[in-house]
Amino acid sequence: MLPVTRRSWLRLAGFGSAAAATLFGARRISGEQHESSQGAMEHAAHRMGPVGRVSTEAFNPSTYLRAWNFSDLAPEERARYYKETPRPDGTLLREYQIVAVDREIEIAPGVFFPAWTFNGQVPGPTIRATEGDRLRITFINAGSHPHTMHFHGWHPPEMDGSMPEHQVMPGERFVYEFDAEPFGMHLYHCHAVPLKRHLHKGLYGVFLVDPRQPRAEADELIMVMNGFDTNFDADNEVYAVNTVANHFMHEPIKVDVGKLVRIYLVNLTEFDLVNSLHLHGMFFDVFRTGTRTTSAESTDIVMLCQGERAVLETRFRYPGKFMFHAHQSEFAELGWMGLFEAVGVRRDT
Amino acid sequence: MTPEAAEAVVTREAAETKVTARVWGVALVPLALLAALIFLIVRTGPAERLRGEDVPPVERLAIERAVLTNDAIILYVLNDGPDPVTIAQVTVDDAYWDFTSEKGPVLSHLARTRLVIPYPWVVGEAHLVKVMTSTGTTFEHEIPVAVRTPQPDAQSLLAFTLIGLYVGVIPVALGLLWLPLASRLGKTGIDVLLALTVGLLVFLFIDAAHEALETAAEMPSSYQGVALFVSSAVAAYLALEWFGAWLRARRARARSAGSPGFVLALLIAVGIGLHNFGEGLAIGAAYALGEAALGTLLVIGFTLHNTTEGLAIVSPIAKDRPSIWTLARLGLIGGLPTIAGAWAGGLVYSQVLGVVFLGLGAGAIAQVALQIARQVAGTSPLAERFATAPVMVGLLAGFGVMYATGLLVG
Repeated sequence: MLPVTRRSWLRLAGFGSAAAATLFGARRISGEQHESSQGAMEHAAHRMGPVGRVSTEAFNPSTYLRAWNFSDLAPEERARYYKETPRPDGTLLREYQIVAVDREIEIAPGVFFPAWTFNGQVPGPTIRATEGDRLRITFINAGSHPHTMHFHGWHPPEMDGSMPEHQVMPGERFVYEFDAEPFGMHLYHCHAVPLKRHLHKGLYGVFLVDPRQPRAEADELIMVMNGFDTNFDADNEVYAVNTVANHFMHEPIKVDVGKLVRIYLVNLTEFDLVNSLHLHGMFFDVFRTGTRTTSAESTDIVMLCQGERAVLETRFRYPGKFMFHAHQSEFAELGWMGLFEAVGVRRDT
Repeated sequence: MTPEAAEAVVTREAAETKVTARVWGVALVPLALLAALIFLIVRTGPAERLRGEDVPPVERLAIERAVLTNDAIILYVLNDGPDPVTIAQVTVDDAYWDFTSEKGPVLSHLARTRLVIPYPWVVGEAHLVKVMTSTGTTFEHEIPVAVRTPQPDAQSLLAFTLIGLYVGVIPVALGLLWLPLASRLGKTGIDVLLALTVGLLVFLFIDAAHEALETAAEMPSSYQGVALFVSSAVAAYLALEWFGAWLRARRARARSAGSPGFVLALLIAVGIGLHNFGEGLAIGAAYALGEAALGTLLVIGFTLHNTTEGLAIVSPIAKDRPSIWTLARLGLIGGLPTIAGAWAGGLVYSQVLGVVFLGLGAGAIAQVALQIARQVAGTSPLAERFATAPVMVGLLAGFGVMYATGLLVG
């Protein structure tokens, strides 16, 4: 803080306005400045955002962006959780092991949230298959409360994980088995009651089904918009994309200028009716729920209800940093804010 | 005295000394055992056993004060809970903001820190600051109207002095000028006047108690505000009882011709002085905390309110024809503390200090009101004397005057 007393500040402000009046001969400006000097403040470039950095040792939101089917693990360890076996018709049998565990996670610098997790992370591991693949998911509940896995997509009712009899008690297990369809951007989450608590404590993840005819080659990013009610007052104190407040402000998402970028976006925020993504300086095509391959919408803000999702496609035209955040300013100021960093030379797309 | 007798005395004295030493020694044993017990409790932690392992720590932060400077909001934070608290983040109006904690992030029981938040606050508007701990628990502090907190300097000291003069010294002195009128009153007239004084004082007592309890409710619970208030009040009451008895004894020894009226007037002046110190403290603190714009009306209200205090001081000595010097002394005793209070409130205010002084004032006033009531009653029982029409009217008039002038203070 500068050692400026009130009177010296007034003098300074007065001097400044007098100088302005002489330079521009603008009496009105001088009058206004004099008036505002009553409440004059010293404005520095204000720094908003949480203070400090979150440890990325246990969970790295940047790694999560580009990881599915445990691709972030070393091969031996990955084999414990994921196995794929070709089937005669050319599709795959994909087998997963998902374990619900209670775990304290750091969601903002120095702020620890007592989460319920799938495989120790929030959001849970991304499950990605091609339309028609067979999924076999062994779910083990190592947590302290009954949990389930409820997938969005086609499946018979006994695989729904939503009724009281579907609850998997602590220490027990259940095998979910169904075909991956339809193609699109889906999600899975715990459906034990009370719902709000089981969801906002962290039991959710992305379930991605690719079309048989693959989408165009792209830099693919998985983004989960989420929030945390740290004081349990049914209102979120921390908002983020991929759990850690302001993570992508410190570690911008690196992309190539001109290359197709595809964002798989889902809103898993509790308590707030909608969430949104706004990308600065450019537009993107929206494929709602990702269930069609043609886009009917080109915009720079997409709004999603709780559980709603969309696939977004764009190409960066200019190199440099581009901010992205919820266009609900409140969420943005409480941690849901990040940066893209486009590398390369300008390309008009 | 025979040598034998002298020897006996010496032996007895020695024995007494020995007994005393032994008694003191014995008295230390429980203290030593107590220390051992506390050591044992700290080592084994029986309460921890009750609490279990999974129980989260008790977190309680008290935000005692917010200071607004040209470029920042500064919060004074106290850990009011039993367990250490780690301050992780700060939000202002639901936005995470840059901040520094002067004493670091971890606060142990009753530890304090200052959080400096370089926030562009808006003049005249409200802001809500939240402090978030490592467990995600939040503690809020509202700034209802943001204005730059005045920094005490020579000029504000002068302002406090002037306000103290206007509110305390001059009104009490003006009240004293009713003496000639009071001295012409008969026995009933004096009683009515004294009853009026009792009414004024009882009202002041209620006022002080109310204010103290309000402050006590706001302050960190570790400070035990209500107990602090009651202890201060009882201490002041007893101290004035003792002071009155001492004055009377001294006057009796000096065979002074003065009536008990002077002692009573002095006690009233002291009681009112203590109360006015508390009042000054409140005015200074309100100014320093930037929570109340001291309007002219507020100052006028306090001034009218306090003029009646001068009347209270002169009532017991109405028949005594005291000298101007005596009157001046009484007036200064009653009025000057307002200035000291305003300084203290403006420069070193704390809620603890506020409650203690309101308590001292309330206790002193209670003692004085009871003294006057006894004087009015004379030999007849209190209730009987106060049940007579003139005295009752005086009492109620006292309430009325205080209530009406109190309306101006708001």
